[in-house]
Amino acid sequence: MTRRESFWAGARDITPILMGIMPFGMISGITAVNVGIGQGMAMLMSVLVFAGASQLVAYQLIGSGAISFVIVYTALVVNLRFVVYSASIAPYFKPLSTPWKWLYAYLLTDQGYAISLIRFREDESVRPTWYYLGASVLLWVTWQVFSALGIFLGSAVPAHWGLDFAIPLTFMAVLVKALDNRPAIIAALIGGLVATVAYNLPMNLGLIAGVLSGILAGYWADSAGRPRRREDAS
Amino acid sequence: MAASTILWITLAMAVGTFLLRLSFIQFFADREVPPVLQRILRYVPSAAVSAIILPAIVYTNGVPDVSFGNERLLAGILALFVAMRTKSFPLTVGAGMATFWLLRLFI
Repeated sequence: MTRRESFWAGARDITPILMGIMPFGMISGITAVNVGIGQGMAMLMSVLVFAGASQLVAYQLIGSGAISFVIVYTALVVNLRFVVYSASIAPYFKPLSTPWKWLYAYLLTDQGYAISLIRFREDESVRPTWYYLGASVLLWVTWQVFSALGIFLGSAVPAHWGLDFAIPLTFMAVLVKALDNRPAIIAALIGGLVATVAYNLPMNLGLIAGVLSGILAGYWADSAGRPRRREDAS
Repeated sequence: MAASTILWITLAMAVGTFLLRLSFIQFFADREVPPVLQRILRYVPSAAVSAIILPAIVYTNGVPDVSFGNERLLAGILALFVAMRTKSFPLTVGAGMATFWLLRLFI
C-alpha cells in the first residue's frame, strides 16, 4: 500500500467513529462556555489540550469552583491512560524524526489509537505512520469544528438552562462502557461513594481521595480475582 | 474564575497531557509499561469518572440532597438506566437533560 492509500485507509476507518465525536465535541464546547469560560479561551483549550474527557473534567471542576491544582491534577489523572497507548504504539513510530514524533504524540486519542493498532496487527501492507496520520487528522479537524460549533451555540444559551448538567450525563455514557468487569464496577462504586461522602473536605481532598481509593479498590479486586502465580504456570 | 487562572490551568493541562502522550513514543521506545502499572491504570477511568459524576448529581450548592426535590439526582438515575440499556451517548444525554428540564418545571 502506498503512503497515500494508507493515509486514506486511516481516514476511511475513522469515519464511522466521527459520529460519536461530533456530539461529544459539541457538548464540550457548549458546557465550556456555560461554566463561564470565555469563547477564545475555550477554543484555546480545545486546541492545546485536545483530550475531550479531561476537558469536560476541567469544565465541571471550574464550574464547581475547585482549586486550580486539583483541576489540573484530576484532568491529568484522567489522561494517564495515554501512557499505555503511547507504549503500545511506540514501536510503529520508531522510524519518525523527533518533530514528527511530537506531532504524532499530540494527535494521540482513544479512537485513533484503537483503530490503528487493530489495523497494524491485521494488515502488514499498510504503512502505519500514514494510516495513523489519516485517521488522526480527520478526527482532529472534526473535534475542533464541532467544539467551535458548541462554543458558538453555547454562548447563545442562557446559563439558567443548566446545560452544565450535560457533563455528568456524558460521563455516565462513558462510564457504563467501561463497567464490563467486576473490578471496574468496584472501582467506580468506591470512587463515587468516597468522593461523595468526603465532598466537603477542604482543598477538594474528597475528590482526590475518591479517585485514589477507587483505583486501589479496582486493583485490589483485580488481584483478588486472579489465580495465584503457581497455578498460572502449571 | 479569573481568565488568567483558566489560562494557567489550560497551559498546565496541555503540557502535562502532551508529556503523557509523548512518554513512550519519545523517551522509552524500547520499554514496556510494567504489568502492575498497567493493571492499576486500567481502573483509573472508572474511579475518576465516577468520583466526578456522583458528587455532581448528589450535591446542590455544596449541600447533599437525597430527596425528590433534587432534579439532578432523579434525572441522573434515569439517565444511568438509559445508559446501561442503550449504551448510547446521545440518548443518555438527551433523556437526562429532558427529564431534568421537565422536573424543574414541576418541582
